Amino acid sequence: MATNVERDEATGTETTGHEWDGIKELNTPLPKWWVWVFYATIVWSIAYWIAMPAWPTGGSGTDDYTKGVLGYSQRNVVAEQLTEARTKQAQYIDAIAAADLEQIAADDELLRFSLAGGAAAFGDNCAACHGSGAQGFKGYPNLNDDAWIWGGTLEDIHTTLLYGIRWDEFDDTRFNDMPAYGDGILTPEEIDLVADYVLSLSGQAELSDAQFKEAAEIYAIQCAACHGDEGEGITELGAPNLRDSIWLYGGDKADIVETITHSRAGVMPGWVDRLDPVTIKQLAVYVHSLGGGQ
Amino acid sequence: MSAVAERQPLSDWFAFGGLALGAALGILLAGFTNDPVMEFHGWLIFLVSGGGACAVYIRAFDKREGRVAVAEEPYEYGVIRAGVIATVFWGIVGFLVGVIIAWQLAFPALNLDLPWTSFGRLRPVHTSAVIFAFGGNALIATSFYVVQKTCKARLPGRYAPWFVFWGYQLFIVLAASGYVLGVTQGKEYAEPEWYVDLWLTIVWVVYLLVFLGTIWKRKEPHIYVANWFYLAFIVTIAMLHIVNNLTIPVSLTGTQSVILWSGVQDAMTQWWYGHNAVGFFLTAGFLGIMYYFVPKRAERPVYSYKLSIIHFWALIFLYIWAGPHHLHYTALPDWAQTLGMTFSVMLWMPSWGGMINGLMTLSGAWDKLRTDPVIRMLVVSVAFYGMSTFEGPLMSVKAVNSLSHYTDWTVGHVHSGALGWVGFVTFGAVYCLVPWLWKRPRLYSLKLVEWHFWIATLGILLYITSMWVSGIMQGLMWRAYDSLGFLEYSFVESVEAMHPYYIIRALGGMLFLAGAIIMAYNIWQTIRGRLADEGEVAAPAKSAAGGPAVAPAE
Repeated sequence: MATNVERDEATGTETTGHEWDGIKELNTPLPKWWVWVFYATIVWSIAYWIAMPAWPTGGSGTDDYTKGVLGYSQRNVVAEQLTEARTKQAQYIDAIAAADLEQIAADDELLRFSLAGGAAAFGDNCAACHGSGAQGFKGYPNLNDDAWIWGGTLEDIHTTLLYGIRWDEFDDTRFNDMPAYGDGILTPEEIDLVADYVLSLSGQAELSDAQFKEAAEIYAIQCAACHGDEGEGITELGAPNLRDSIWLYGGDKADIVETITHSRAGVMPGWVDRLDPVTIKQLAVYVHSLGGGQ
Repeated sequence: MSAVAERQPLSDWFAFGGLALGAALGILLAGFTNDPVMEFHGWLIFLVSGGGACAVYIRAFDKREGRVAVAEEPYEYGVIRAGVIATVFWGIVGFLVGVIIAWQLAFPALNLDLPWTSFGRLRPVHTSAVIFAFGGNALIATSFYVVQKTCKARLPGRYAPWFVFWGYQLFIVLAASGYVLGVTQGKEYAEPEWYVDLWLTIVWVVYLLVFLGTIWKRKEPHIYVANWFYLAFIVTIAMLHIVNNLTIPVSLTGTQSVILWSGVQDAMTQWWYGHNAVGFFLTAGFLGIMYYFVPKRAERPVYSYKLSIIHFWALIFLYIWAGPHHLHYTALPDWAQTLGMTFSVMLWMPSWGGMINGLMTLSGAWDKLRTDPVIRMLVVSVAFYGMSTFEGPLMSVKAVNSLSHYTDWTVGHVHSGALGWVGFVTFGAVYCLVPWLWKRPRLYSLKLVEWHFWIATLGILLYITSMWVSGIMQGLMWRAYDSLGFLEYSFVESVEAMHPYYIIRALGGMLFLAGAIIMAYNIWQTIRGRLADEGEVAAPAKSAAGGPAVAPAE
């Protein structure tokens, strides 16, 4: 094809003499910088292969690749980093493991460490349900307020964390079972009345004397055993206070009617088999510190 | 007409028989399966095959008076016209779904709480629509055009090119409808289940044969560089597709299947596939487009023949090794990670060879960047190609990857390649092709191309800059420790921090989509034969003259 070689005017370079559909090619040599950078990446790669694990050799077991002169192993690096991190925290971790919750809360150093560790563990394990600010959502309690369904002492919170709520895997889990009053126990009219009565406990509804008397009677028979005569709640039974205007499943009348009709049975996992004891202690201290720990 | 009726060509019988067989298979599938999605797909296959069989019958067998035999053009352009329209159509679908899921990331309630519109199902619709439907149609259409023009040979077969086109559209619809209805094999960019994979394999082999057949018949002594790239793309995608989809169906009448590979071998196979889908589909294939349309539109010779040879072979050889860089710091053995990283770094210059050849082809014609928005689009695409093929090797370095991996930086990187390179080089090619294919003197409006160019460029910049910031911030937040050795931020806090960037990204995506809609309007008007009155805008009408009007030399 050399017969068709011509000189391109704009660049002064010769063409190769090939032509396809009007497209020609210049015979420009490879750019020098391109060649040298290409060589440099190759040389760097070869150096890297010498230094690091690189080529499979077909040997057996773990002896089936070139190890590299630096002896690098990703597995060892991780192990070293973990050891180093654990060593740095060891004095606190050991102290927390040995101390009880009250002692941790009373010790400035351990408290500071537990709050930091608890916050980190909370963000990755608890925030998904309770919110990143522990503010809670419908069905997931707010942990910043004074209302503690199962108790707000350090010990109570710790127990809840360990075994969860209605968490089948552990016998020690927090468990209660409010009846679904809509299943033939109460009529819809009675449920409606009790809902108003419950709202009236926190001053959010008013009943006539006749209604109040009827509702109070139903309440006394059906509800008082767990929620208390005055609706003050009984922590040991996990029966919420009905007077504090704090509602786990919503405080509108419709929400309360639904709660009474169908009951609620929220679940929280137990963490005793998922997190180590020190982390759970830190979480207890952290959650206790958020607001109204008792 | 009686003379025509004498002997029916064998190809007509094959086409009709094949389509009838397809229709029967569709009915069988729909009848025997208990899976509602497969039943739907069975009916779809029946309708498409049955419709095709009717079309073949009417065109080839029905010899009633008045049907005039169509004179054969020297080249097969019909299938390319269809491909260009499909490219634009699927592009808009893909960009639109991308915009929707971008807003979903910023405001999750936009998933409407329905399974079909959830992020997990729409995301593969977006990725498959832009890569395989938009990009794939662009590659098939341009490769059919380029291989014919540079070989001076018509595509072989009366039906084979059309089989590739319609077969590919059927693949797209089967895949996308499957995703929306919840059928996926859970492999990124390879989500279609076994029966859709098998269908694509058949279509792809025919595509390869049509392409090779044209090269075989060529009347040029040499094979043009664009065709090397196209051929590398077709052959390698066939290999990748088959190996990564070696599954055993649970039942022949069910959608589910089990992959042959397990554990880290499966992960490695997946990213060998995934990375080379980038390498051979989105890089080599589109370099084929670049190598034809840039010199053609600029009316300049390709900068360096030597560079094209060296960078082609270096690219092909090195790319195939780079996949492990997707699995840094995982269960993948150290040695494989090393190879993935070093081969990615060595890939830098071979990738840039294409950029140099693309940009330097403009030597002597730089002024056209000012006057012709189409060549500007092509050149900017090459610039984005250069940027993302530098960013890629950089991100493959383990130290960088430990920050960038799993963050939005990766998403931004992919989109600088997808929107900037793949998108713009395709738009440029479409703007060239439409006047050539429909034999129009020029595009309806170059001003609208200007608008498309600037709106889309702004969109890309918003997209990639927001993802850089958000990605690096994510990476830094995830690795931040406090003085006591605890993580500074929880994951959800990093999610909250992304919110403003997700909004910016979605806005960028909307601009890119708006640009594509302008393009669709522009080419629609061009096809209708309209010409906007644009005064002094200098249209490079010469390119059109070098287009399809020229008959192949004997």
